[in-house]
Amino acid sequence: MSKYTEDDLREELKTKEYEYGFYTDIESDTFPVGLNEDIVRAISLKKGEPEWMTNWRLQAFKSWKEMMEPEWANVSYVKPDFQAISYYSAPNSKPKYDSLDEVDPELLATFAKLGISLDEQKKLSGVAMDVVVDSVSVATTFKKTLGEKGIIFCSISEAIKEHPELVKKYIGSVVPQKDNFYAALNSAVFSDGSFCYIPKGVRCPMELSTYFRINQAGTGQFERTLVIADEGSYVSYLEGCTAPSRDENQLHAAVVELIALDNAEIKYSTVQNWYPGNAEGKGGVYNFVTKRGLCEKNAKISWTQVETGSAITWKYPSCILKGDNSVGEFYSIAVTNNYQQADTGTKMIHLGKNTKSTIISKGISAGRSQNSYRGLVKISPNADNARNFSQCDSLLMGNECGAHTFPYIEAKNKTAKIEHEATTSKIGEDQIFYCNQRGIDTEKAIALIVNGFSKDVLNKLPMEFAVEAQKLLEISLEGSVG
Amino acid sequence: MLKIENLHASVDDKSILKGINLEIKAGEVHAIMGPNGSGKSTLASVVAGKEEYEVTKGSIIFNGEDIEDLAAEERAHKGIFLSFQYPVEIPGVSVTNFMKTAINETRKAKGLEEMPAKDMLKLIREKSELLEIDRKFLSRSLNEGFSGGEKKRNEIFQMAMLEPQLAILDETDSGLDIDALRIVANGVNKLKSKDNAVLVITHYQRLLDYIVPDFVHVLYNGRIVKSGGKELAHELEEKGYDWIKEEVNA
Ligand SMILES: Nc1ncnc2c1ncn2[C@@H]1O[C@H](COP(=O)(O)OP(=O)(O)OP(=O)(O)O)[C@@H](O)[C@H]1O
Ligand SMILES: [Mg+2]
Repeated sequence: MSKYTEDDLREELKTKEYEYGFYTDIESDTFPVGLNEDIVRAISLKKGEPEWMTNWRLQAFKSWKEMMEPEWANVSYVKPDFQAISYYSAPNSKPKYDSLDEVDPELLATFAKLGISLDEQKKLSGVAMDVVVDSVSVATTFKKTLGEKGIIFCSISEAIKEHPELVKKYIGSVVPQKDNFYAALNSAVFSDGSFCYIPKGVRCPMELSTYFRINQAGTGQFERTLVIADEGSYVSYLEGCTAPSRDENQLHAAVVELIALDNAEIKYSTVQNWYPGNAEGKGGVYNFVTKRGLCEKNAKISWTQVETGSAITWKYPSCILKGDNSVGEFYSIAVTNNYQQADTGTKMIHLGKNTKSTIISKGISAGRSQNSYRGLVKISPNADNARNFSQCDSLLMGNECGAHTFPYIEAKNKTAKIEHEATTSKIGEDQIFYCNQRGIDTEKAIALIVNGFSKDVLNKLPMEFAVEAQKLLEISLEGSVG
Repeated sequence: MLKIENLHASVDDKSILKGINLEIKAGEVHAIMGPNGSGKSTLASVVAGKEEYEVTKGSIIFNGEDIEDLAAEERAHKGIFLSFQYPVEIPGVSVTNFMKTAINETRKAKGLEEMPAKDMLKLIREKSELLEIDRKFLSRSLNEGFSGGEKKRNEIFQMAMLEPQLAILDETDSGLDIDALRIVANGVNKLKSKDNAVLVITHYQRLLDYIVPDFVHVLYNGRIVKSGGKELAHELEEKGYDWIKEEVNA
C-alpha cells in the first residue's frame, strides 16, 4: 500500500468510510503525522465517540492553537515539533484479550525486565490490572469482583460509550481543557487511558493498577485518566510506567483528574520509569503531565510518586481542597541522573475551612542532572484555620548536578499556619567508607543511603509497589559514582 | 594473621605513618596507645582500606596475602573489622537493615545464599542480648541521634554480628559509662578465641583491665616507638608520654 497522505485522510473523512479505521491492512494502525481539526475528528470517530465528545475535543484543539508552550520551568530542551508527531496508534491485535496468554510477548518481556511479569502481578493478591499498551487497553482482569461492588474500572474510551453521564459530568471539571498547553493538547487528542468510579460508601477491595508503556517510535502518548470516588468511598490506585530504550525523543502528555466527593478518599501512587535517555543525554521521554484532584467536604487525596525516568519531567500533582476539613497530601521521590532534568512538585489550593495539606519531597540528583522542586501553597481568604506542612530534602551525588527548590506561598487568611523545612545534603565519603568497611560495596552503599533518605515516601507506597520502587531507585543510580 | 612492614602512608602529600612494623598472631590481643594526632586512627583506616590514604611504602599482609590492592569491602569480607572512633550516621537506615545488608553482602561475596530471615532474627536476638541492647534500639536510624556511648556499644554489636577475624577497636571505650564499659568489654572477651585477634586503640588503662592485652605499643609521630607487655600501659598511665618522647628525641 502506498503512503497514506493527509489528502487521503481528508478524502476518507468526507466519504465517511472510516468505520473500521485506516491502515487496516498494516500491522500497527498509526495515523499520519501532523495535527489539525481533521485529525482530532478522526481520532474521535475512530474511537466511535458520541458527538459531544468530538465537540469537546475540538473545543480543546481550538484553545490549544492559541496557546504557547510554557517556559517558566527550570528545564531546557529542543521543543517538540507538534506537526511531526502521529497522534494515534493502536496495538496490532484485536482490541481485547480474554486471557493474558494472548498478550503481546514483547510486552511481557518488558515487564520481565522490570521484574514484574504479568503472571507475577496476577498472583499478587488483590491487584487488578488494566494494561494500556500504546494507547489502547488490551487486558482487564478482576473485573467481575469489582463489578459486584458496582465499581467501574475500564478504559476511558469504554467509559465514554458505556457511562457517558459520568464522563460528561466530570471530564475537564478539575483540569479544564485550556488549563495549560499540554492539558489542552491532551484534551484534543487523548488516545486512551483509564476510568474508575467507586460508588457511594464502597471501599474498593483491591489496589487498582495500570501499567503504561510507549510502544511505537514517534508516537506521542496522550493518556487520560479519570477517577471518581463517590461519597464515603475509598480507592487506592497504582500507576506504573516503563518504556523500552529508544533513540529519539518522545512526547508524553497525560492528564489525570481525581474527584473525591464528600468523605471519600483517593490514594494515587505512581512509579514512573520512562526511558531517561542514554548516559550522554541523547533520547529519552519528555514527560509533561497534568495531575490534579478535587476534594469535597472531609475528603482526602494523597499523591505518592516515585519519578526515576524521563529526559524531562514537568509534573505537579495538585489538590484543590474545596470542601471544609478536606486533606491533601503529596509525597514524592524524584531521581535524576546523567543529563535528566526534572521540575516537579505540587500545588495545594486551600479553599475550604480547616483544610490540611502535607508535602514531603525528596530529590536525588546525580551525574549532570538538574532536579527542581516547585511548589505552591495557596490559602484563600475563606480558608480559616488552614494548615500546611512542607518538607523538601535534596540529596546530591557528585559536584556536577544541581538541586533547586522553588516554594511559593500565597496566604490570604491570617489564621493560616504554614511550615516549611528544607535540607540539602551530600552523600559523604565517610558514609560510604563506613558501609564499605562493613562489607557493602559502594554501589550498594549508595542504594542503601538513598533508600534511607527516601524512606518517608517509600513507606507511603503500597507494599508491592514499594519493593519495585526500591529496585528502580537502585537501577536509576547505577554507574552514578566513579 | 596480620603483618605490617615498614608502612608509610600519607594524605594530601602529608606524611602521617612513617614506617610502622607490627605483627599480630591469631589468639592475641594488642593495644596501641599514643598521644593525640600520633596516627592511631590513620593506621586503623589504612588497614581497613580507606582510599583517601595513600600507602607510599611498605606492605600489609593479612593471612599471607598482600591486601594493598583490595577495596575496603573486600578486606571486610576477609574478616577485618573496624570499630570507628567516630561512627557515621546514616539517616533512614535502621541498625537491623544495615546489619542485614552487611551480612548478606559478605555472604554473597563468599558465594553463599542470603541468610534466612529466621536465622537473622535469631542472630540479632542473641547478639543484642550479649551486649544488653534494647531491641527497640535496633529499629532506629543508624547512629542518628545516638548518644556517644550508644554509638560505641552499637559498633561492638556490629562486630558481634559479623564475627571478624581481626577486630580493630578505635577508642571504643571513650564515651562509655562504667557499666557500659564492662558490658562492652565482656562482649569483646566472649567473642575472643584462639582463631581471632583484637587490636585495641585506647588512651586509658581502664579498658585494658577488662580486655587484657598480650602486647602494648606506643605510637608516636607515625612510628611505633616502644612495645612491651601489659605493664607498659600502667607505666604510661602513671607517667604520661613525656619520658617516651624524650627517649625518642634523645
Ligand atoms: N584526612 C586527613 N587530612 C589531613 N590530615 C589528616 C587526615 N587524617 C589524619 N590527619 C592528620 O594525621 C594526624 C594523625 O591523625 P589520627 O587521627 O591518626 O590521630 P590519632 O592518633 O588517632 O589521634 P587521637 O588520639 O586524637 O584520635 C593528625 O595530625 C591529623 O590531623
Ligand atoms: Mg584517633
